[in-house]
Amino acid sequence: MKIELLYWEGCPSHPEALALLEDVLAERGIDAEVELRNVETDEEAQALRFPGSPTIRIDGRDVDAAGAGSRPALNCRIYHLPDGRVSPIPSREQLEEALS
Amino acid sequence: MSTALAQTAPQFTLPGVDGSDHSLDDYRDAPALVLVQSCNHCPYVQAWEGRLNAVARDYADRGVRVVAISSNDVSSHPEDSFEEMQRRARSQGFVFDYLYDETQEVAHALGAERTPEVFVYDGDRRLAYHGLVDDNRDETAVSAHYLRDALDAVLAGETPAVADTAPVGCTVKWRS
Repeated sequence: MKIELLYWEGCPSHPEALALLEDVLAERGIDAEVELRNVETDEEAQALRFPGSPTIRIDGRDVDAAGAGSRPALNCRIYHLPDGRVSPIPSREQLEEALS
Repeated sequence: MSTALAQTAPQFTLPGVDGSDHSLDDYRDAPALVLVQSCNHCPYVQAWEGRLNAVARDYADRGVRVVAISSNDVSSHPEDSFEEMQRRARSQGFVFDYLYDETQEVAHALGAERTPEVFVYDGDRRLAYHGLVDDNRDETAVSAHYLRDALDAVLAGETPAVADTAPVGCTVKWRS
């Protein structure tokens, strides 16, 4: 299983996203390394189809398909929680579903 | 507090989403003025803006005015254009003024770095509190209501117990 976390330093959310991701992986007994990728330029964002920080891909598939096609940019990414609230990181449920 | 922050409220005249220009002097009668460096696109702003709206509503009868200011470069972040600001203010029912700082002069004058970033000024427009709205972007987990506590203190003629917190949010999108 390939797990990537793409992030941009200008957004403070990726440490929290990584901690949540590692927690979900541990809970599920998945022994996989998270590949971290720092996206630093608009050109990189375009090339990587990076819709904002953080972006987590499991075997190339975005954990939040609804937001995967947003305009590539060096941004904080918006996630929508199941109760409708906005969050700068994906929900635990999204990560669990993506890993199932 | 950081020495980079303006210790008195900067002068400004900026267009608001209501179609009128708004100046610092327009709020002269407010015993406390809350300026918030803000924008549309940032998830941290979106997570906190409902609470900001609630503060504006809850303190209105005590004369407090809340003013959000977006200074982001719209060439790199078109979601923050003035037209989009007007749409968001309508869709979210903002009860506070939402102003567009196209030249970014106000953001520079404030010493702002993040969105959202709160600046509370007392009746003499001296900075009384700077930083977070509260201590958790998840409103179900908030334990410290910094902005409300600061306003209560200012309205009581006191110094806020917590006068400075480190803002958490997106960076201000400066023009290159």
